[in-house]
Amino acid sequence: MSKLFSKENQEVFTGPLNLNNPVAVQVLGICSALAVTSQLEPSIVMGLSVTVITAFANVIISLLRKTIPNRIRIIVQLVVVATLVTLVSQILKAFAYDVSVQLSVYVGLIITNCILMGRLEAFAMQNGPWASFLDGIGSGLGYAWILVAVGFVRELLGAGTLLGFRIIPESFYVENGGCYVNNGMMTMPAMALIIVGCIIWAHRAYNDRKAK
Amino acid sequence: MIKKFLDNIRPNFEEGGKLSAFRSVFDGMETFLLVPNTTSRSGVSIHDAIDSKRIMSMVVIALMPALLFGMYNLGYQNYLAADKLADASFWELFGYGFLLTLPKILVSYIVGLGIEFVVAQWKKEEIQEGYLVTGLLIPMIVPVDCPLWMLAVAVAFSVIFAKEIFGGTGMNIFNPALVARAFLFFAYPTSMSGDTVWLASDSVCGLGNALPDGTTMATPLGEAAAGIAPTSTFSDMVLGFIPGSIGETSVIAIAIGAFILLFTRIASWKTMGSVFVGGALVAWLFNIAGLEGNAVAQMPWYEHLATGGFCFGAVFMATDPVTGARTEGGKYIYGFLIGAVAITIRVLNPGFPEGMMLAILLMNMFAPLIDYCFVQSNINKRLKRAK
Repeated sequence: MSKLFSKENQEVFTGPLNLNNPVAVQVLGICSALAVTSQLEPSIVMGLSVTVITAFANVIISLLRKTIPNRIRIIVQLVVVATLVTLVSQILKAFAYDVSVQLSVYVGLIITNCILMGRLEAFAMQNGPWASFLDGIGSGLGYAWILVAVGFVRELLGAGTLLGFRIIPESFYVENGGCYVNNGMMTMPAMALIIVGCIIWAHRAYNDRKAK
Repeated sequence: MIKKFLDNIRPNFEEGGKLSAFRSVFDGMETFLLVPNTTSRSGVSIHDAIDSKRIMSMVVIALMPALLFGMYNLGYQNYLAADKLADASFWELFGYGFLLTLPKILVSYIVGLGIEFVVAQWKKEEIQEGYLVTGLLIPMIVPVDCPLWMLAVAVAFSVIFAKEIFGGTGMNIFNPALVARAFLFFAYPTSMSGDTVWLASDSVCGLGNALPDGTTMATPLGEAAAGIAPTSTFSDMVLGFIPGSIGETSVIAIAIGAFILLFTRIASWKTMGSVFVGGALVAWLFNIAGLEGNAVAQMPWYEHLATGGFCFGAVFMATDPVTGARTEGGKYIYGFLIGAVAITIRVLNPGFPEGMMLAILLMNMFAPLIDYCFVQSNINKRLKRAK
């Protein structure tokens, strides 16, 4: 048991959450981070889907890693990822249809998410299944928390709601005699890029200070 | 006298003095009020009696006619809509506009300079004076109905994201005033366009008339985009008695500013002139093409130049030395394309009645490329000559 949660394995898990974050440090997966984060709910679902897919793809590739011929490894990885993505997509359609409509093609496009291929190539091909599993969960959650942070800001300022619940009272709005208006720019992907930029800025400033 | 006072309080602001945290503020005020007597300490520099603070002050002076006329026009439009124009004196009209505009200018300066002061202290740099002009430009290019808090948010956004992250004054790619306007335009479209925002509809301190809700006053471009013939005459457009953003309506007031800028050689006549040439040519081509059912395309080219923000943009925005093209040949292309793109957006995109803002921002982005091409072609020419 102690071996399962050894120091190395802990680092494999926590690294992508902070110091080696796939979005903030490796700057991967930006496209979907801009596309699906206009509201909080799809951001959370997207983050969790990527986490699940990364974790299981990592485990499967890690188990197969000694039998995969080196020359066709990308194709094998793609097949595994595509299978998992299709599974997740079908599950979303069956149990969370509204969200899957909102996410539209971006669930399918998880196949092309650089974080996945990056982790498979860089980690799962060289490490055992348990470490790969932790790495997949860590990378997925590292991606997910950025998405949730962006989705939080965008939904709060762009629509005045969080997960569909109204946070900014109706009476504040111009239509009801207040003076507040939702920021329409927050619903555009351009603003998501600026928010991701701000997160990267804060993240680096914080870690640089800690490193000194 | 000012000098004596400043020398007296100087020790407080030097390293270790009790007010050393506000050193940059002191330095900023000193160089603003007096011509600095320090010169650059390294390298070879060419000195001119005019430093950038003097240039900024000159631009502010050039903006004054347009600003003062804008204030008067706000009152004019309000009394016109209330049908009380005949009873109102000049000072009532002007005072009303003044009271509406002053809070906007104050908000713009307080928020913008506040951020600049904080950043300057944080980075231990001198205060950058660039905000002097930007802070006055922003209130002049927004509709009168734009709430103050929106203005504050837009100013903060543009100073931080259009200027400070690129390294402050002189380093920005995009014109900060236009970024603030673009931010407002996309973030709060209902407060930035349409036909209700151009008219002040509340009375302030007893001046002006409270107009019933829903009183509309469309700009000539807005009317044309909606497919109705503009109600304003061409002479109104030139004089500026049309609804529009605060500072942009009067061609004559802007022309006085343009004359000041050109006379002091702060603005380049190449950029300014080619904006008008580009705009006129493209508008004229659309006139000839006369697209069926497109009222904006059928608007005569001289009216195109006189309406909206075209003049204001050409004189005060396109000639910004930081964000525009710097090579002499490049200025022609840069200006020409601004004019051409602005009219094209107006005519062909029904979503945007006005294209000047987007045209200038777009060309800001291409200015370095234009400069690069001109510099390269010059290098090649000289290399050939050397062979």
